Amino acid sequence: MTTRQTTLALGALLLIAPAAHAIEFTQFQPAKSSLSFVSKQMNVPVDGRFKTFRSKLAFDPANPAAAKAELEIDLTSIDAGSREANDEVAGKPWFNTREFPVAKFVSTTVKPLGGNRYELAGKMSIKGKTLDLVAPLTVTQDGNSASFDGALVFKRADYGIGDGVWADFGTVANEVQIKFRIVATSK
Amino acid sequence: MNTPAHPPTSYTHTAIALHWLIAIALTGSFGLGLYMHELPLSPQKLKLYSWHKWAGVTIFLFVILRLVWRLGHRPPALPVLMPAWQRLAVEATHVLLYLLMFAVPLSGWLMSSAKGFQTVWFGVLPLPDLLNKDTELGDLLQQVHMILNFSMAALVLAHLGAALKHHFLERDDVLTRMLPFLAKPTIGVPK
Repeated sequence: MTTRQTTLALGALLLIAPAAHAIEFTQFQPAKSSLSFVSKQMNVPVDGRFKTFRSKLAFDPANPAAAKAELEIDLTSIDAGSREANDEVAGKPWFNTREFPVAKFVSTTVKPLGGNRYELAGKMSIKGKTLDLVAPLTVTQDGNSASFDGALVFKRADYGIGDGVWADFGTVANEVQIKFRIVATSK
Repeated sequence: MNTPAHPPTSYTHTAIALHWLIAIALTGSFGLGLYMHELPLSPQKLKLYSWHKWAGVTIFLFVILRLVWRLGHRPPALPVLMPAWQRLAVEATHVLLYLLMFAVPLSGWLMSSAKGFQTVWFGVLPLPDLLNKDTELGDLLQQVHMILNFSMAALVLAHLGAALKHHFLERDDVLTRMLPFLAKPTIGVPK
């Protein structure tokens, strides 16, 4: 085989390879993804969300246990329900975004629960503190696009979010309902 | 609670109780509203806002009760010698006060909805949001709520001034029939 032939053969193999393998979702689609939350103030549910976040992920439905995901949340992009609240939560007692502008999640395991349901576990780092985080995950595939949906109850005090005068859960509850949707396409 | 054919000479106990209950609650709520909106965000501010909203809903319900009672029970007649323009002013003030007693809490409720903060009565009963979240509309309704409140405060001052004028200058029973314990036996009109 000449060098030229070898190159052609290798090239053909590389072209065929992805098609032979199962589809893998790796291309994060920020415009279709969302990260919202509901906090409770004096028992009043208040909607909020993060506008900017990035995800690096790889999910092969044929081999979910090998899936990996990373999520970086720009904490300054928060909409906590009002301008006043947005200014407040940037401050030291809350996220202290000047020192810790980004929250980061790195997955450790993805456990199939049957059907299109999975348990996603990983490490969440916020405000200089890293803790284990587990979230249920529902994967909905639609052609070469997949949606990863989940909801979890997050306890703000675990990360010291809302210190000092805000530490009393009577006004702002400890539990924050988080909902996420990460949409990714395959290459 | 029998309704006489001619206007009664006094208010019913229920009317008096509702008048003062609402007067005190409105004054307190008004003062709280003035105070709290200047505060920097704090747990205390969130508490005060909630209390203000709970008070508003409660007052609104008492105002409904009061209006129903008022429709079923005629108030005592105005002094006979009162000039026509004053009667008109009395009528207008009372109608406007009733309208504002409804409009003020209602504007607060609408404003809360537009600002994205639902009203949950006593932290237990969520009131439906009448409007979708809309920051600009919320700011506008805040202005409306404020203007309605200051209008009501001005009318209350006129109402209070008129009552005092009747008591101290004209020395009639216009004030004492709403404040019976002030009535002096020597001034009191025999019933």
